[in-house]
Amino acid sequence: MSTPDAPETPDTTAGVPAGAATAAAVAPDAPVLSVRDLSVSFRSGDRTVHAVDHLSYDLAAGEVLAVVGESGCGKSVAAMAVMGLLPPTAGITGSIRLAGRELAGAGDKELGRVRGKDIAMIFQEPMTSLNPVLTVGRQIGEVLRRHQGLTKKQARARAVELLDLVGIPAPRQRIDEYPHQLSGGMRQRVMIAVAVACDPAVLIADEPTTALDVTVQAGILEVLQSLRERLGTAVVLITHDLGVVADIADRVLVMYAGRPVEQAPVHELFEGPRHPYTRGLLGAVLRPGVVAGRGVAAGPGAVLEPGVAAAPGAALRPAGKRRLPEIPGLVPSLDEQPDACTFAPRCAFADDQCTSGRPGFKAVAADVGADAAHRAACWHPHDVALQRINQEAGQ
Amino acid sequence: MMKLPAPRNPMAAYLLTRLRQCVITLILVSVVVFAGIRALPGDPALALAGEERSPEALAAIRAEYGLDDNIVIQYGRFVGHALTGDLGTSSRTGLPVSDAIAEALPVTLELAALSLLFAVVLGIGAGVVAAVRRGRPEEWLANAVALLGLSVPTFWLGIVLVLGFAIAVPVFAASGYVPFGTDPLDNLRRMVLPAVVLGSGLAAVVMRQTRAAMLDSLSADYIRTARAKGLSRREVIGGHALRNSLVTVVTVLGLQLGHLISGAVVTEQIFVLPGFGKLTIDAVFTRDYATLQGVVLCTSAAYILINLLVDVAYSAIDPRIRLGGAAR
Amino acid sequence: MTTAAVATAIRDMRARGTGSAKLKALRTNRLAMTGAVIAAVFVLAALFAPLVAPYDPARPDFDNALSAPGWAHWLGTDDLGRDQLSRVIHGARASMQVGLLAVVLAFLVGVPLGLLAGYYGKVADSAVSRLTDTLLAFPFLVLAVGLAAVLGPSLTNATIAIGIAQTPAVIRITRAETLRLAHADYVAAAVANGGGDGTVLLRHILPNATSALIVQATVGIPSAIIGEAMLSFLGLGVQPPDPSLGVMLSSAQAFLAPAPWMAVFPGLAIVAATLAFNLLGDGLRDVLDPRGGTR
Repeated sequence: MSTPDAPETPDTTAGVPAGAATAAAVAPDAPVLSVRDLSVSFRSGDRTVHAVDHLSYDLAAGEVLAVVGESGCGKSVAAMAVMGLLPPTAGITGSIRLAGRELAGAGDKELGRVRGKDIAMIFQEPMTSLNPVLTVGRQIGEVLRRHQGLTKKQARARAVELLDLVGIPAPRQRIDEYPHQLSGGMRQRVMIAVAVACDPAVLIADEPTTALDVTVQAGILEVLQSLRERLGTAVVLITHDLGVVADIADRVLVMYAGRPVEQAPVHELFEGPRHPYTRGLLGAVLRPGVVAGRGVAAGPGAVLEPGVAAAPGAALRPAGKRRLPEIPGLVPSLDEQPDACTFAPRCAFADDQCTSGRPGFKAVAADVGADAAHRAACWHPHDVALQRINQEAGQ
Repeated sequence: MMKLPAPRNPMAAYLLTRLRQCVITLILVSVVVFAGIRALPGDPALALAGEERSPEALAAIRAEYGLDDNIVIQYGRFVGHALTGDLGTSSRTGLPVSDAIAEALPVTLELAALSLLFAVVLGIGAGVVAAVRRGRPEEWLANAVALLGLSVPTFWLGIVLVLGFAIAVPVFAASGYVPFGTDPLDNLRRMVLPAVVLGSGLAAVVMRQTRAAMLDSLSADYIRTARAKGLSRREVIGGHALRNSLVTVVTVLGLQLGHLISGAVVTEQIFVLPGFGKLTIDAVFTRDYATLQGVVLCTSAAYILINLLVDVAYSAIDPRIRLGGAAR
Repeated sequence: MTTAAVATAIRDMRARGTGSAKLKALRTNRLAMTGAVIAAVFVLAALFAPLVAPYDPARPDFDNALSAPGWAHWLGTDDLGRDQLSRVIHGARASMQVGLLAVVLAFLVGVPLGLLAGYYGKVADSAVSRLTDTLLAFPFLVLAVGLAAVLGPSLTNATIAIGIAQTPAVIRITRAETLRLAHADYVAAAVANGGGDGTVLLRHILPNATSALIVQATVGIPSAIIGEAMLSFLGLGVQPPDPSLGVMLSSAQAFLAPAPWMAVFPGLAIVAATLAFNLLGDGLRDVLDPRGGTR
């Protein structure tokens, strides 16, 4: 876990538009991936859609950072921007540094030497992400041949090892099979094998389990866990499954309408969310021993109360397949960049300050035992914390 | 048809079904050809008799060729002979029809192979370029040339090319055939123009289909994966996108082979090549019905066979068909 | 039930776009409109050939044989001194005649058979399918040559041969559309409301299959035009001295070096006609065929 700056040093991770992007020096404990003020916009006709708006984060070696948010919040677009996979029509600003090397603005050729080798990605749809007319072995082997200069024979031998590594039984037979002969879970394991073939420093996993059966999901997560332990790969895990977050993430970054709204170590976030949106996401689900329902929370919190009943369970282990609960109100249209809190229209805490100024992405003070790495883009982070504490005390 | 043991391999089962359909079609074709020739105006005995037309001679011919027999028996004999390679005797040359066919076949095969090569290389190349350079001048140019290729009739293109490259600037020869074995260089000098003429329409169709298939493949998820692997542009386009587009291209080639055969008839006529097409046209004009019957039967049989081979070729390209898995 | 069916039918119609909206979309397609204009010129020239043509296309003028294009003869004259422009205009008449009539013939035979096969299935379907397979087993020209040999070479017989050669495609498309539409809600509703087979086929299925059939016609017309020229070129269609673009090209072959214009202009006329119909067809396909058929 790492956040490069102590609260008292100049706030480089702040996602405020004016935030200065100081170049991170390559030091032993420097982050492997450092994203600063990343903005992505798409033009369509005379409208400009701001899919990602000043996103910044750091990823330490071996760390698992979960990026959560509703669909359309920009989390996948941000990941594609890091990989350089967005179409040329996308306007990208900001800095993306992989082990000190700037990727933003790099050409396809230059990116080609990095992608698959130093940074790799697995996608949401294992069904369509593998080429249907090529064998599994060929699809794994071509990464090795491209980046490590292996011969066909060496690549094949290594591919068998990789299939074994990701937990595919009988890898020697499987290697000559085609994607359609494999189940969804097996295909996702193959995708992971492709991604980790060259032992990348960073692995971006975009909703790796969403398209899979619940029973298969756990297996995939286990593979990711063990790879991180064995290979020390840092992982950016994009998901909207809070159960997955609780399972394997070290740190969580919450995004809303293209902007980062809260970032904290996983325990910290689940126990003391400081942004009303995060609270809304977590809802009553994670409070121990409570069956959530309408009317449990009184006052302004009611707006955010999800109408979904959650099973009572361990604090950090939401039962079953939990997805983000519904929050009333509309996500703002992404073609405007208001100089205000984008969540204000849906927020029970909103006041004049929220609609007239954009909150900085700042470290929250350690008053209620908050971690130094805990940041939130909210004008009233303490009210959010207090209300929660009061509610729990009242029960 | 006959009951065959159900094979376990679904691919084999599919091929058996196709084979059975082909046999049925072939039988129907032979009936049509046989009936068509019988329906021709005039007494076939007269055509066979040539100069000597005494009633006795005609009767002798009828007896010899079994023309007095029941039509079904005649058909049976026709099929029986055809199966043993006996397609009758040409009334024009007096030689066996099968000999004339054996002589014409290499010419047409060479012409077809060369034009197929031309069409595939040009069509796939231009199609890939048009898809990859979408919205740029290259795509516009490729589309315009393809549309022109579809609208220019084979025989006129032939005439224009002869005007340009055999009369104005005599690089190639405009007519005649020299076997490849006799003089390979002269052979090619004479075959280049016919091959270009015959292949141009096919190249246009192949180009259009390749472009469409490539645009489809290029937007697929697995292309994103290939790029995420850091593969070079060439590997992404050639190894992944094109590989997936080939199924469509092979289908088109299969569907267009009929046009190729039709085109060969005209092309051989323009360039005076002694192939199958010329044999057919000559047979029509000299009322050489035995030859016509043999040629039409052979062409159709070959056409049916080629279509079967195209089906087999799919499975070589697409493992989802080959292995009988659920095609997704 | 009925109300729901009507609602479905209306929705289906809306989804397909109203006629005027389609026409507007076609109007804004510049290539398609160019094609339409050229095609219209050809149709008009064909219709009024005797009025438009400056000379009698069949009258020889040996004094002016093989004269190059000039003021007296815009497109030059042929080996018999006949005016090329007049012959091209009259030749376009033969092209249009075959182009349209062959397609009409293919539709007259193919559409009923396709409806039959698609709607009744079973025996009707397999019988019709075998027929199509058999017809398709002959490459177009081999079939046409065979028919011309049986029927004797003439413009009418060339039309019949091309029409028959185009029939299988019409059958297949009609059959496929019928199969698709037979399961549509409003057809089911029509059946449930006691509509007879004839009513269902003619009032419900056929009108909804028109888009696909129009697209097929735009492919069929240029291919029939080329087919006529090809057969006439081979001597199996129009017989000299009657003018036809194919016949003109055929006689031009003997005079390629001294009179290249004899070969160039009739060919350009064929290219212009087929290109026009192909452009118009491409435009219509974009507007009418939501599945974006390619060829």
